[in-house]
Amino acid sequence: MALRSTDILTQTPQGLYCPLGDFHIDPVRPVKRALITHGHSDHARSGHRSVMATRETLRIMGVRYGEDFADSTQEAILQESIRIGDVTVQFTPAGHVLGSAQITIEAGGTRVVVSGDYKRAEDPTCLPYEVVPCDVFITEATFGLPVFRHPNTRAEVRKLIDSVALFPERAHIVGAYALGKAQRVMALLREEGYDQPIHLHGAMERLTELYKSEGIPLGETPKVVAAERSKLAGAIVICPPSSIQDLWSRRFPDPVTCFASGWMRVRARARQKGVELPLVISDHSDWDDLCRTIQETGAGEVWVTHGQEDALVHWCTTHGIKARPLHMLGYGDEGEAEEASAAPADAGGNA
Amino acid sequence: MNRFAALLDRLGYEPRRNAKLRLLVDYFRHTPDPDRGYALAAMTGALMFKEAKPGLIRGLVEERTDPELFRMSYHYVGDLAETVALIWPAPGHESVAPADGTPTIGHNNPPPHVPTLTEVIETLATTSKSDLPARVAGWMDALDETGRWALIKLITRELRVGVSARLAKTAVAQLGGIEPDEVELVWHGLEAPYEDLFAWVEGRGEKPESGNPAPFRPSMLSHPLEDEDFAKLEASEFLAEWKWDGIRLQAAAGRGSDGRPVRRIYSRTGEDVSRAFPDLVEALDFEGAIDGELLIVRDGRVQTFNVLQQRLNRKAVTPKLIAEFPAHLRVYDILFEGEEDLRALPFAERRRRLEALVAKLDDPRIDLSPMVPFETWEDLAAARTDPASVGAGLDADAIEGCMIKRASSPYLPGRPKGYWYKWKRDPYLVDAVMMYGQRGHGKRSSFYSDYTFGVWREGLSGEELVPVGKAYHGFTDEELVKLDRYVRNHTVKRFGPVREVEYGKEKGLVLEVAFEGLQRSTRHKSGVAMRFPRINRIRWDKPAAEADRIETLEKILERGEQEVHPLKDQEA
Ligand SMILES: [Zn+2]
Ligand SMILES: [Zn+2]
Repeated sequence: MALRSTDILTQTPQGLYCPLGDFHIDPVRPVKRALITHGHSDHARSGHRSVMATRETLRIMGVRYGEDFADSTQEAILQESIRIGDVTVQFTPAGHVLGSAQITIEAGGTRVVVSGDYKRAEDPTCLPYEVVPCDVFITEATFGLPVFRHPNTRAEVRKLIDSVALFPERAHIVGAYALGKAQRVMALLREEGYDQPIHLHGAMERLTELYKSEGIPLGETPKVVAAERSKLAGAIVICPPSSIQDLWSRRFPDPVTCFASGWMRVRARARQKGVELPLVISDHSDWDDLCRTIQETGAGEVWVTHGQEDALVHWCTTHGIKARPLHMLGYGDEGEAEEASAAPADAGGNA
Repeated sequence: MNRFAALLDRLGYEPRRNAKLRLLVDYFRHTPDPDRGYALAAMTGALMFKEAKPGLIRGLVEERTDPELFRMSYHYVGDLAETVALIWPAPGHESVAPADGTPTIGHNNPPPHVPTLTEVIETLATTSKSDLPARVAGWMDALDETGRWALIKLITRELRVGVSARLAKTAVAQLGGIEPDEVELVWHGLEAPYEDLFAWVEGRGEKPESGNPAPFRPSMLSHPLEDEDFAKLEASEFLAEWKWDGIRLQAAAGRGSDGRPVRRIYSRTGEDVSRAFPDLVEALDFEGAIDGELLIVRDGRVQTFNVLQQRLNRKAVTPKLIAEFPAHLRVYDILFEGEEDLRALPFAERRRRLEALVAKLDDPRIDLSPMVPFETWEDLAAARTDPASVGAGLDADAIEGCMIKRASSPYLPGRPKGYWYKWKRDPYLVDAVMMYGQRGHGKRSSFYSDYTFGVWREGLSGEELVPVGKAYHGFTDEELVKLDRYVRNHTVKRFGPVREVEYGKEKGLVLEVAFEGLQRSTRHKSGVAMRFPRINRIRWDKPAAEADRIETLEKILERGEQEVHPLKDQEA
């Protein structure tokens, strides 16, 4: 007899909770046992007693919170089923950032997939998303409006390279989230043939080193020395989004303010941030991919965790799929929650 | 088309003039004829086709999208063209179509052909109104998001990308390393797609003949005067005039090769607007170029900008319109007299030449902008606040401040430093009480950012607040957060996106509202409408009972209109 989906997964103030396995997924407050989908700091928080995640996600958490971020850690091997309490759990690539995974929970013939954050577009820095057929699919909806249709990322990166060629006397300052986006932009630049050093804000350094040590070629990525900023005419500099508008970036020669984010699709959002060269590059699914993924999982029921829930729920309902919004709090807009914690306070001074 | 779209997209985000110029030059260098010529025409306002109405675009998108998804998307994005461009279900993107609708595109059709800018423009010029929707839909299917956005902006004539005609021509000049004025001089003999112009600047062809004996010369612009400037500027080196609240124009006249007079009127960016002012063109009985302000003058009295606006708003220039809104040129400078270039002369000298020319013209439609006498900056400050006291007489309300010009100033193109300053009259201020807050659009959709405010009046049942206007800017982002919180915490009623807040003698928030002028209005309960109202200050400290009364506005209004519209009775 199939269990009800709520026996397998429920919503608690800490986040999604599996009663039969007694664990939380991506909890926003400290818990006894946490399963983590990926390393973004709104999903992977510190303070849990035991943490299970992919090897890469555990490494990212180690870099972020110190090696002793939990009393015990357990590495999840992709595609390998393990028993936790009365449920079977499996991690499958989510295509979001390095180490990101969906978590499948199965019990009594019912399968629930918590996708975390995910994307279907190509990304040279992580394993591609794999569809897991399921009964209940739990999805994000960061870009859950049909106006969000992400373009080809290579064309976006070419825009940046072309702009550098057109304005060789100016520095191009690219705002990008420190985990995932920054490294994806670097990898894409390399794939498009850009072979100059890519200069990094201090807040980008450790995670970029981690990516490199995982065998992802990113080329030469020197850290910006404060005193040398004025000499970086014609350079590409990557920094946290919060730094593109602050004093730190003003010291570069006539900077061109760029921002790599799915939000750049909407002009008002780009203008609001004072961006001169918006690069529509997102680590989340766009509208078409959200809809396509829901259909491909074959799920009869969809829960929408965060983002533009209403439109996606409306779409599911009009396509005969049961859906409900969870209105979950604590998860940021494409890692926006992350930047505050990722940028060290002294980054402005010595980065 | 995608290339042109990418240029517009980039220009739209680029605030710097020099960077815009670089982008334009790069575009002209790498785009073949005739596309680049049509792009130049689009940016200089020289394209001839009938624009598409936003309703056409809306109709097309409504046939193709789920109405609820469209509504949510439009609310989020805030701009119709952009929403349509982004949501458009191009082949392979059926996920926005109504669930029960039939697919609009067959999967087996070949990929649509991406139109060039030239194809779009040439088709627009020849397509009948009934064929237009299908044409536009076909292009929309073929273009990407940016391409669709640019297409909609182009065909609805909403192409505002911060590029003036002058800047676009400057880019063409740079292409061949020549002076922008050289392009300007041949410009008016040319037509889109300007292949002869590009051939000439690139050294591949003859200089096109200047078909225009009355060309536009770039205007000289002023800087706003800051308080600290007074310490640096010596009053005796300057001359002052009123700053008229009209439209800056350049009138040029000469003789064609057949000896017949050629007369043209240009906007300050060089657009030929002669067709809109046949009454003024007729009066240009001279040879040369003069610079001045377009005003509406009735019975010798300058009308407010509101009145001028009414003439500008009409598309068809009929004899009735001309009689009702007679165009007038109040001149303040002369650039050419005959073939003689006067621009290098000092301003004081040019002024003498101008005075002589106007006297000779002796036409009531063209007169001199009078000089404002002053010895010290204090004199001028007083004159500026009360123009009537120094001889502006009945025209005082069409004055928005003073222009201060260095007597030795040559006439230079652009906005050179140190010569011309504008010193605007302070705006009107009124203390009003917030009555309603409304959700904003686009990036402000999560804030109550549009505020309706009122002033006190004696109502049928005692003192009451009557709404007099609505403002949605003037405050900082931090103030917006506070105002939004105020609205949420003091809501008494809700009507959809609007919240009514608490107000009365004992409670309510006072807003100091700045505005540029007042107009009588039958559409407003209070009978008045404000021009450019904005929140100047939030008076957290001021009790609502002490806000201004309607009589304050009545007084400003009386000063502003002085005279009743002569044709008003007929209209009513
Ligand atoms: Zn994430
Ligand atoms: Zn997330």
